[in-house]
Amino acid sequence: MSETSVAEKATSGAEEMTSVAEKTTCGAEKAASAAGKATSGASIELESLTKRYPGNPQPAVDNVNMEIKAGEIVVFVGPSGCGKSTTLKMINRLIEPTGGRIRIDGADVTDMDPVKLRRNVGYAIQASGLFPHMTVAQNIALVPKMIGWPAARIRSRVEEMLDLVGLDPGEFHGRYPRRLSGGQQQRVGVARALAADPPVLLMDEPFGAVDPITREHLQDELIRLQHELHKTIVFVTHDFDEAIKLGDRIAVLRERSHIAQFDTPEAILTNPADDFVSGFVGAGAALKRLNLTRVRDVEITDYPTVTVDDPLQQIFNKLRGSGVGEVLLLDEHGRPYKWLRRGDMMRARGSLARAGTLVHDTVTRDATLRDALEAVLTDNAGRVVVTGRRGEYTGVVDMETLMNSVHELLEADRLDAVEHQQELAETRARQTHGEQEGAGGEKA
Amino acid sequence: MDFWEYLGNRHQQLLTDAYYHASAVFQCMVVATVLGVLIGIVTYRSGWAGSLATTATSTVLTIPSLAMIGLLIPVVGLGVPPTVIALTLYGLLPIVRNSIVGLRGVDPALVDAATGIGMSRPARLVRIELPLAWPPILTGIRVSTQMLMGIAAIAAYASGPGLGNVIFRGLASLGSKNAINQVLAGTLGIIVLALLFDAAYVVIGRLTIPRGIRV
Repeated sequence: MSETSVAEKATSGAEEMTSVAEKTTCGAEKAASAAGKATSGASIELESLTKRYPGNPQPAVDNVNMEIKAGEIVVFVGPSGCGKSTTLKMINRLIEPTGGRIRIDGADVTDMDPVKLRRNVGYAIQASGLFPHMTVAQNIALVPKMIGWPAARIRSRVEEMLDLVGLDPGEFHGRYPRRLSGGQQQRVGVARALAADPPVLLMDEPFGAVDPITREHLQDELIRLQHELHKTIVFVTHDFDEAIKLGDRIAVLRERSHIAQFDTPEAILTNPADDFVSGFVGAGAALKRLNLTRVRDVEITDYPTVTVDDPLQQIFNKLRGSGVGEVLLLDEHGRPYKWLRRGDMMRARGSLARAGTLVHDTVTRDATLRDALEAVLTDNAGRVVVTGRRGEYTGVVDMETLMNSVHELLEADRLDAVEHQQELAETRARQTHGEQEGAGGEKA
Repeated sequence: MDFWEYLGNRHQQLLTDAYYHASAVFQCMVVATVLGVLIGIVTYRSGWAGSLATTATSTVLTIPSLAMIGLLIPVVGLGVPPTVIALTLYGLLPIVRNSIVGLRGVDPALVDAATGIGMSRPARLVRIELPLAWPPILTGIRVSTQMLMGIAAIAAYASGPGLGNVIFRGLASLGSKNAINQVLAGTLGIIVLALLFDAAYVVIGRLTIPRGIRV
């Protein structure tokens, strides 16, 4: 009983999300047409970035070199105290580096006025960092105001940003942060960071203080936002699963911010560079791999369906005709409603209202394979309905398709990894060769 | 002559005294607030400067008020100057202490966020730190005012203005028929003034504390 109600809640939550996503999409379209094209990302280069604190012989961050491409999400992940946050804060110089250079979009920003630099770099932190004495609108308007936008433009920008992060401007505009839930605060925090349309966004464990369910939602939202905006995002977290979900590339950092491995999530999962990384990846790399693939990427099988408006005779025919002895009953909007088996109609004496078992769990095409597997495992017949944006039926995923897809994925990853290693070995060989020749030339 | 008759006969004089009393306290509070908050702003960031400011102002508070005014007379003379100086000095401690505590109590994450989105130091102070520290500062101002109400009565010793004069006159002529009435009228007057000021602070709090952080 309780299971069903939870599942129902989850479904309605998913519907909410979909409608929010729709709203924001048209908001963003409006925005794009109103303000021209949004600024997309800029590249970031860190060159031997070092931070030493006085009185401490060991540097807190030691000689970090990293190139972050424009428009990608790079996640710094590592144990607490490894200097990932310090490294992030050096990018907008909240912490001044003691050595090394920072270049954003090719321009050296190591010595420019930090206040000016920060107005061009969005910054979102844990627990949102909203100013409690200002309304949501005032919080979002802060940076545009500081860089001197006219009032009318700021006003429309605030609405646009609220729309973008999926909050209704009319409802949330004048609210104070304490009257928002944790997830809503975090959304406003992201809206504030993006308000002046900076090319770079730094996020310091932004979702660390919200409950797991809200965190999942916020992560999904961030992925969607990034699809629209193409900012360069540097994201710090200690949660490896979050890193896998969000990162285009992940930098696994060990103490003093030494980069243990900097690669795509797939590569790190299937081919961790050393024991430290594999320790951090933890057990169950294959399971985590499921987080990287979406339901839309695997084969979705079609199922015989009938709708509640179909005449009973037709339903009987379908039931008899279907090879699996089961059909999916859709409601008037095309959404999955009930599973009908052959005997069900007899037992219910021909009444559709009483026959069959309710569909209590569905996944969207954007859900991860992990979610799908979870749903398949809890379903008593080992399959789950895949729905489209409005919750309408698009297909079914079952255990067999999942297994096949996972095998294919792992095999492909393995091949990639082998190829990657060969490439590395080749370049290394070429380098050594070149050095030897160079050395020989000097001698001669 | 009973107390009410006394009040009826002398209300003109008492009102004038009450007005001077209130005005002296008010003006000294303005000066003490400005000075106190400034001292707070200058010192809250460093540990030793903050404790130095708090210690110095609390040392002032331990000097008996009568002695303080007595000591000021040879330096600045009689009347208004010693009153203003003494009241301002006494008013400082709660304001300085609450300013420091309030400013230090602002969530470091918020200060970090303010810096991170590109606020300069003055902007951060004016727009983030002071508004967030304002409720404790206002409490300090309130406590100071209550204290000064009483201390201002002592100012009459240096021929300062206010209800203290009435009290001192009564005390000087103890045994005469109006003595008790005078002391009573002065004391009650100060209490009424103190309550009125407190009510005013409640209103000021309502008007100036941003809605988002009002409790």
